[in-house]
Amino acid sequence: MSNTPFIQIENLNFSYEDESRRMAVLKNLNLTIEKGSFVAILGHNGSGKSTLAKLLNLMLLPDSGRILIDGVDITDENLSEDALYEIRRRIGMVFQNPDNQLVATVVEEDIAFGPENLGVEPKEIRRRVDEAMELLGISEYAKHSPAKLSGGQKQRVAIAGVIAMLPECVVFDEATAMLDPKGREEVMNAITMLNREKGITVIHITHNMEEAVLADRVIVIHDGEIVKDGTPRSVFSDVEGLVSRELDVPQVTQLFHLLKTRGISVTTDVLTEEEAVKAFVDLYPEKNHGK
Amino acid sequence: MANEAVIKTEELTYVYGKGTPFYRVALDRVSLSIEKGSVTGIIGHTGSGKSTLVQHFNRLLKPESGTVSVSGKDIWEKTDENGKICFKVGLVFQYPEYQLFEETVEADVAYGPKNMGLSEEEINERVKRSLQLVGLSESYLQQSPFELSGGQKRRVAIAGIMAMEPEVLVLDEPAAGLDPQGRKEIFSGILRYREQTGKTVIIVSHSMEDMASYCDSVIVMNRGEVFLSGQTREVFSKADALSSVHLNVPQITSFMSKLQKMGYPVPSDVLTVEDAADVLVKLLGGEGTC
Amino acid sequence: MLKDVTFGQYFPGRSLLHRLDPRIKILSVILLIVWIFMAEHILSYALLLLTCISLILVAKLPLKTVFRSIRGIFIILLITALINLFLTKGEGKPLVDWGVFSIYEEGIWRAIKMFLRITILLIMTSVVLTYTTSPIDLTDGIERLLSPLSYLHVPVHDFAMMMSIALRFIPTLIEETDKIMSAQKARGADFSSGGIVKRIKALLPVLIPLFISAFRRAEELATAMECRCYRGGKGRTRMKVLHMGVHDILFSVWMLALGAGVLLINHFAYGLVGF
Repeated sequence: MSNTPFIQIENLNFSYEDESRRMAVLKNLNLTIEKGSFVAILGHNGSGKSTLAKLLNLMLLPDSGRILIDGVDITDENLSEDALYEIRRRIGMVFQNPDNQLVATVVEEDIAFGPENLGVEPKEIRRRVDEAMELLGISEYAKHSPAKLSGGQKQRVAIAGVIAMLPECVVFDEATAMLDPKGREEVMNAITMLNREKGITVIHITHNMEEAVLADRVIVIHDGEIVKDGTPRSVFSDVEGLVSRELDVPQVTQLFHLLKTRGISVTTDVLTEEEAVKAFVDLYPEKNHGK
Repeated sequence: MANEAVIKTEELTYVYGKGTPFYRVALDRVSLSIEKGSVTGIIGHTGSGKSTLVQHFNRLLKPESGTVSVSGKDIWEKTDENGKICFKVGLVFQYPEYQLFEETVEADVAYGPKNMGLSEEEINERVKRSLQLVGLSESYLQQSPFELSGGQKRRVAIAGIMAMEPEVLVLDEPAAGLDPQGRKEIFSGILRYREQTGKTVIIVSHSMEDMASYCDSVIVMNRGEVFLSGQTREVFSKADALSSVHLNVPQITSFMSKLQKMGYPVPSDVLTVEDAADVLVKLLGGEGTC
Repeated sequence: MLKDVTFGQYFPGRSLLHRLDPRIKILSVILLIVWIFMAEHILSYALLLLTCISLILVAKLPLKTVFRSIRGIFIILLITALINLFLTKGEGKPLVDWGVFSIYEEGIWRAIKMFLRITILLIMTSVVLTYTTSPIDLTDGIERLLSPLSYLHVPVHDFAMMMSIALRFIPTLIEETDKIMSAQKARGADFSSGGIVKRIKALLPVLIPLFISAFRRAEELATAMECRCYRGGKGRTRMKVLHMGVHDILFSVWMLALGAGVLLINHFAYGLVGF
């Protein structure tokens, strides 16, 4: 991870309007995301996290404020159409419902869809499609119909379709919410691989805590505002703060927090089972000794 | 709790695509019984046969061989009663909000009871009662179900089945795709139904955490067969067997059984964070001593 | 159940017919239709029938499957033949005379001709197109054949995109229909009893959710497509490049020769077998 900012959001405001009222979705948001980082965005439904995703590639336009992508102000009114599509190429999106983002009746044709839209040479498309399928381990389904694949496989096809456009950043908008545990694991493995091995900046929107733990940085959005921002360890150690915002924390984190409130002096920044076991072993002999 | 079985299957077998290249045995001689008044979880991976299994409980699918009986009666015997088995075993499908179709919440919830041929008063009564069970106030009655949030839509759809007051309420992945708050609301509605009516509830899920928190007993399905079944504690203490079919016990259960393996005097069948805290506080001599 | 219905009777394979450029196949089918309707002489029909069998052999399709596909419309074939048989008035004495219904020699020939025409037509189109061309190749072929029309501002690309999206979503929507029907059955819906009005009414709880979900899917798909830089046919390239090979030329020659044969027979062959 470098320290070069890739996404800079300054004083961003966005609201939805219907006939009777105006609802602020994002309130004066400021956020910088570095190149190559893996950021998890947490928040309950309606917190504004998906809106943020759609603002990043101009599927929505902000009411006020600026968004800079790699130094380019995408909220500039004079942004050309080509520049807009260049932004959409650089920031790929993977959505929740795997069925509703695949266009073609054959897997490899679907992966080719993005590069085709960009006007890439046929031979180069072929090369990118093969490479993306290889990367996501779906080469064997190249000629299959997406309808016959499992949820996790479909999502990997969708990811390959984005990767074939050679993006620098991929936003996963609750891309694991509709999957079973196996599918989740497949997709999370793919996401971490893209970040760690390919250096792609990842923004993972989720409400699954175990997934957020995998990120370098966790941002909690509540009612359109950033309420927490830090490493998973620092964010999850505030169990009460998260629970009051309708979010979960990993069970072991919750356990250590509970132990602490019940008068046992334990560390509260455990995130995984292994850490919990280690923390407990450290604690128990000492406790015995004291008796 | 009475030890009487409300649903019983014997050697239940179901195959897909008989006589085609897509032939697949979905259920292979499944024999099980579900205790009356219990909250039973059916767990397994996609393709383990769990959704196919529950569609046999109300005659939506016909077994290739074997029997299914509800309250001791074979549901495929030709009787008038069996034609109405869907009112006795109420099935809530995955993502049930996609079946809403009426203009108002009230009319949608009333669809099932109306099909039962109940009186208007009785229907109104039931609609209100079931909305209350899922935690929606009467102010929602005249709203369009399509203007509600995802979690609210889901609760309206579940109320639609609850309003039929089935002996057995079966829910297929009732909390799929919802955020933690939405999940909690759904499950507390389901538990209220059980508490207030005393009827049986069956929850199909692949969330081990939800199973651990809400079910009295669980049935683990794998490749169309019953892999394990019993009281939740008992089944979840078999972490190794479960992981052999790629199911992971909740983090807290796994953590406690690891401690046990390392020689600490703790039980391996802890299901919730609160229980684990109780055990450890006792062990560490906390609460007041510190 | 609806799930078991297979759409687009495509049989994947690697035969010569499978590998042909879809544009050649579409044009060939148009030519074949012209030849069939121009054929007058029984010899032409023999020639066409022979072509038909050779095509099936070249495509390496099981004969049984091909004939099974005609079975479905056999009744229509029979009725067409019978209508022609009874309603054709000939010049000579009727062979059979039952008052209103009379059969003339011309009627018999006409019935045979119609029967053969439709049968050959069906077999050829399904062997050349539906059985051996994947739906995506088919839409591709249509799009490319019609592409000159886009200069006249005919939205050829959009039309082809709509077709391929429809093909993509047919299985999804069938599965969804199945699911909604089961869900409503679980709420006591009854789709199979009562009069026609009652049955149509009973379908509303299926149709409304189905439409709503189709719109939702359309909206989500449109967003996903825009995010993947879709902006219509403008500046778009394709991964698959269609190019004509030797086999395409040979096949075209075959089809043209067949037409020449039919025309020659029409011109030179006379006698009792000329219909």
